[in-house]
Amino acid sequence: MIVRFTLNGRPREVETEPHRTLLDVLRDTLGQLEAKEGCAEGACGACTVLLDGRPASSCLTLVPLVEGRRVTTVRGLERDGRLHPLQESFVAHGAVQCGFCTPGVLLTALWYVEKNPGADREQIRQALGGNLCRCTGYTKIVDAIEAWSRRATAEAGP
Amino acid sequence: MIPFEYHAPATVGDAVAMLAARDGAKLLAGGQSLVPALTYRLARPGVLVDINALPLADVVRTNGHVRLGALVRHHVLEESPDVRRWCPLLAEAVAYVGNARVRTLGTLGGSLAHADPAAELPVAMVALDARFAAVGAAGSREIPAGEFFRAPLTTALAADEILTAVDVPVTRGAGTAFVELARRPGDFPLVSVAAVVAVDRAGRVADARVVFGGLAGAPQRSAPAEDALRGHEPTPERIAAAAHAARRALRPETDVFASGAYRAHLAEVLARRALRTATNRALTVEVR
Repeated sequence: MIVRFTLNGRPREVETEPHRTLLDVLRDTLGQLEAKEGCAEGACGACTVLLDGRPASSCLTLVPLVEGRRVTTVRGLERDGRLHPLQESFVAHGAVQCGFCTPGVLLTALWYVEKNPGADREQIRQALGGNLCRCTGYTKIVDAIEAWSRRATAEAGP
Repeated sequence: MIPFEYHAPATVGDAVAMLAARDGAKLLAGGQSLVPALTYRLARPGVLVDINALPLADVVRTNGHVRLGALVRHHVLEESPDVRRWCPLLAEAVAYVGNARVRTLGTLGGSLAHADPAAELPVAMVALDARFAAVGAAGSREIPAGEFFRAPLTTALAADEILTAVDVPVTRGAGTAFVELARRPGDFPLVSVAAVVAVDRAGRVADARVVFGGLAGAPQRSAPAEDALRGHEPTPERIAAAAHAARRALRPETDVFASGAYRAHLAEVLARRALRTATNRALTVEVR
């Protein structure tokens, strides 16, 4: 079957089979390796993408469900070759260790904080409940998101 | 994943015909339970009928009811102003379902028809006395929520029936609450409780519904707790007695996640919290 969708703003058309997941298509068909396979059952968050702006497990998204939709991976966060301010905050706070969970965490955090401007630490922790990190103990990840959340809110003004 | 034959019908009639014609055909809605089962080859359907194109995603307020299409996604249930206003129990319960990703694609009908014994939405629907609309080869019928859930992963739906919508009575004037305890955020809860409490002008409980999830193969209504409340002033002592009465009638089983004794303890504690919250909300509604 042919499935058409937008990947990071660019229209894509792939020849695939209905039993493939979006994760299969991203990695194996399109060679986009930023979405990772962790648990393959929707619990770990390593394969998180944004589907029409909301987080989804690409490992649980059968590819027919993507037809006509907008898919964003972590590569979609850069602007003119520069990292997104949230990514800069991750670098500044040392919030990345092995990096396997990072794309999913970034996309989840971006979605959540844009929807809940000024989100506090506890809210951020709750929002990341579905994204597992086995390296950092989460502290620096939450630090990075909180710092960006505060700065973004301050810049947006009262 | 084992390949399957794939169909995406545009009408409920066509979808039913495909289910009826092909043994072992499975419906695909949001896929949040089905896809893991396919990945692990726990489910190996020869035919998958994708119902995402069916016009079943509406939330409609009708006289005294909110009619929810089976394809209403969890996040829509969570955010819909009609749901939050007219059946807030559903918005409260669905916020516990899985994680944000599950709520993006997961559907109301999928969760109900899958009928995991610990799932939140079946418990809420039994507490709200919802009615399920099903369409099959033999025609349409309505099934009360209390008769829909039969056993773990087993419902009253026939193999060729599709759950198309759920009619939920509005809980105007009553207070509702949903509480649960899960080991980790997003896990299925060990125990969940839905409570609906209506208080009359004299300050007595006119009606109460207490329903537990996670204690048996299907949601369990607690008649002892409801009887302990009806006709009485919902004081903290009365609520504690009702929660205790609920516990005494329960015999939860032990499994790898928790002992039966711990589940019974949780049931009492969570029932008390749910009833307190529902009562406070009922009284607030009264004042307004």
